[in-house]
Amino acid sequence: MNIEQANRTAVDRMMAARPILTTVSTALDAIPGMHDRLLLHAGPPIEWERASGPLRGAMIGALLFEGLAEDEAEAVAAIEGGEIEWEPCHHHQAVGPMAGVTSPSMAVYVVENVTDGNVAFSNLNEGYGKVLRYGAYSPDVLDRLRWMNQVLAPVLADALAEGEGLDLRALLAEALHMGDEGHNRNKAGSLIFLKLLAPLIAKTAADSTVEAEVLSFLGDNALSVLNPVMAACKSMADAAHGIEGSTVVTTMARNGTDFGIRVSGLGDRWFTAPSATPDGLYFTGYTAADANPDIGDSTITETAGSGGFAMASAPAIVSFVSGTPQDALHATLEMYEICEAEHEHFTIPPLDFRGTPTGIDIRKVVELDLPPRVNTGIAHREPGVGQIGAGLVRPPIELFRQALLAYAEHYGP
Amino acid sequence: MSVLRSDLRPGVYCDSIVLMQLQSTLADLPGVEDAGAVMGTDDNLALLKANKLLPKALPAATGPSDLVLVVRAENEEAATAALGRVDELLARRRATETGEFRPRTLTSAARQRPDARWVLVSVPGRHAARVARQALDLNRHVFLFSDNVPLDQEIELKRSARERGLLVMGPDCGTAILNGVGFGFANRVRRGGIGLVAASGTGLQAISTHVHAAGAGVSHAIGTGGRDLSAKVGAITAIQGLELLSRDPETRVIVLVSKPPAPEVTGKVLAVAGATGKPVVLYFQGDAPSLTGEGNLHVATSLREAGERALELLDNEATARGASAPPVVRLKPIADGSPSSLSAEAGGAGGCLRALFAGGTLASEAVLMLRDLVPLRSNIAAERVEPLPEPGRSLGHTILDLGADEFTVGRPHPMIDHDLRIRRLEQETDDPEVRVVLLDVVLGDGAHPDPASALAPAIESAAHRPDLDIVALLIGTDEDHQDIEMQADILSRAGAHVRYDLGEALSLVRDTLGATGAESARPGTQPPLRRTAACETAPPTPATHPVDLADLQAPVSAINVGLESFYESLLAQDAKAIHVDWRPPAGGDETLMAILDKMRLR
Repeated sequence: MNIEQANRTAVDRMMAARPILTTVSTALDAIPGMHDRLLLHAGPPIEWERASGPLRGAMIGALLFEGLAEDEAEAVAAIEGGEIEWEPCHHHQAVGPMAGVTSPSMAVYVVENVTDGNVAFSNLNEGYGKVLRYGAYSPDVLDRLRWMNQVLAPVLADALAEGEGLDLRALLAEALHMGDEGHNRNKAGSLIFLKLLAPLIAKTAADSTVEAEVLSFLGDNALSVLNPVMAACKSMADAAHGIEGSTVVTTMARNGTDFGIRVSGLGDRWFTAPSATPDGLYFTGYTAADANPDIGDSTITETAGSGGFAMASAPAIVSFVSGTPQDALHATLEMYEICEAEHEHFTIPPLDFRGTPTGIDIRKVVELDLPPRVNTGIAHREPGVGQIGAGLVRPPIELFRQALLAYAEHYGP
Repeated sequence: MSVLRSDLRPGVYCDSIVLMQLQSTLADLPGVEDAGAVMGTDDNLALLKANKLLPKALPAATGPSDLVLVVRAENEEAATAALGRVDELLARRRATETGEFRPRTLTSAARQRPDARWVLVSVPGRHAARVARQALDLNRHVFLFSDNVPLDQEIELKRSARERGLLVMGPDCGTAILNGVGFGFANRVRRGGIGLVAASGTGLQAISTHVHAAGAGVSHAIGTGGRDLSAKVGAITAIQGLELLSRDPETRVIVLVSKPPAPEVTGKVLAVAGATGKPVVLYFQGDAPSLTGEGNLHVATSLREAGERALELLDNEATARGASAPPVVRLKPIADGSPSSLSAEAGGAGGCLRALFAGGTLASEAVLMLRDLVPLRSNIAAERVEPLPEPGRSLGHTILDLGADEFTVGRPHPMIDHDLRIRRLEQETDDPEVRVVLLDVVLGDGAHPDPASALAPAIESAAHRPDLDIVALLIGTDEDHQDIEMQADILSRAGAHVRYDLGEALSLVRDTLGATGAESARPGTQPPLRRTAACETAPPTPATHPVDLADLQAPVSAINVGLESFYESLLAQDAKAIHVDWRPPAGGDETLMAILDKMRLR
């Protein structure tokens, strides 16, 4: 077996994947294995007892939203009583930002990798402030979710049916040339998203009031495109998964307690270790003491060669890590050291259009003792407070060391 | 009662020069008596223990990839305050870095600097071969400064380099001068017609400074490492170097300096030297069957003579071409330089010599030149010289190479850090038997920025003993950044007798000791140059993969892996360079390292 060849195959597949946003459906209808008492969540598997504040809040909120509980106490009782199951989004071809909680009736984006035919899913982005993904479940949060399900989702589904699907790889490639890195900064990508959808929505919306409401909601939220982009990255990473002998990372995800990774050549086994608290800038009134350990599936962007790895494209957000534009260039240059390839489609103008670092090789991470850098939002440790900052975090080196040891054990010395 | 406080940082790597600076800054903080900042190798921990700096509570698992910081201070507050400043002191250093991205791997460095033909490797010995191998795989020549590289790895590297027309200079290669740029520890010498191939660092420095002082210059100086002329290595680099210099039009005279070659390789080396078609001066330092010159080969019996012969041959060659001789560099006369100023009252009786050398070849040369005059002890093995029972204690007339492994493991070379020599000088001064102390002070790139000032206080206090003389051998040129005349001034004002040449320094020592015996190390009647039968019948075949002369002639561009001071020195010489932010693989974890090595081969 040749590791180099296996890794080459893995990254080639990752880059050849062409994710198209085809429609918006519901989790129950679209996601394989979904059932009416199952919640999906971000990161590796986690016991309720060890779940962080934002994840607990989001799970409670999802049960209220589904009508599976009347109040918090009932929700907790249902969870603790074993009436409800919960599993990682990643076990169901799905991803979700922050808590990532996706319940059966929630609307989800459906993204198909037309190169290989695999499909990936993500929930819809709620915007800023008090939102379910940060563990909030007050009535206004639930009302917004209902509006998204009842108004937004059908409009999006109709609009997408009107077009020929939305090429998310092309969208992300363009956004990288407009100052986004696809994880913490999605301003440009969200505007492209809005621009592509607007004419279709105009055609299919029931009336101009609905049309205006939907366009404002998408346009006001600079993270609108994050969720479909994450699903796109998931479809790319999945295409690279399961290559015999490959040491390329195909999953990085956090549940707010643990950080977990999976490796292409090591099947569905998770390697986990406690998640760190991000290093970054806090909104006024908050400090690192308020921060929850790193959370969310959004590290799928770095896994697929964007996000923190494309930092050189996004000098506008270097202040999150109290850096300079040169630091942004250095961040990307550093990630080349641990990656297998340079992306064929995602290029970086300030680096003379070099492709983004793509395909994390656990061997390089371990040898250089250099874990990937991840751009991330920072959640408050208490459910429902929301985002309190943004910054940089690295997965613990231990994950990659565990994976390397497991690889040696699996494939023999 | 002083207190000892420590801070252990697992998996944090800093290079020894950074740690050395940190250690000296910590030791200078108020209330601090002594400080240690080392990677936790066994030797370093032993060193801490020897200096009463070993923390009691150090975990048993402390290893080479863990940073150990220790402070011994007058009180708790001073110790805590000093340790509290470590991050700031380390960060201050980082802030002065250039804005250029520091790659973590050679591959990235080679991408950032595709024109770099040379890779300087000065990482710890056990990692050095791996880095050198990567450099060869990237089709770059290697300057391998690291020592403690196993012999089999040296052989493998050199063979593989030869296959690709690449040079591996080293391991344990202290210096080289390529196209006017000094690598490692090198003096600033002008360009000229003398090319050197040297297995010894300070030997190369002594000859190149001599050549410069005489107004001539050096074309290129290629280091080979001390084991190159052994039977097992087979002089691979020396032969490549001779062959390369034979094709270099700038090189008119070649000097080869080495310990005596193994009998198996002597013939081969002489054949290649003979085939260069240029005058070649050979100096094989040490106990070996003597040689005399033949054809274009000339034999010297001392470093000084090697330099002189080369100058003479260059002169002849220039005269033959009708060129005029270059003007000689005249350094300012040294104020306190005459032998008559030596302390006369002690006379010659009973006094001992203690020579504390930083340069190994200079130390060996001193051993060879003095061993027949006085009974000598040394940590250098040589015939008619007694070994020292304990390197830490001198006995009778003693010559020490303080750059030898037993003194340098886990600490910077005495050419960079004078701490060890200062301590030893104090120790020797306390010995009433001692009559004269000889020190070498080596200038140039890579060396201490102001060695005279570092040594002066210790010399001054030693010079308070009226019956003790201190002789300082100052190796350098007027172009070295330390300012050789100022260095000489500082040393002589401190009370040392300063000499620029080893021969002169040693004759001063002889006068002081009153030793009047027959001069040593002079050639008597020697049998003619012996060549092996093999080389008489088979002239050397041309190199199948010759080193590309254009690599030597192109403006120097290099990748530095290891000591950051070498990178700074390249920049100071206007060479192009990039520094790799190297750290021990897998954070120093041996198990993971072994797995990674196996995976690489799969």
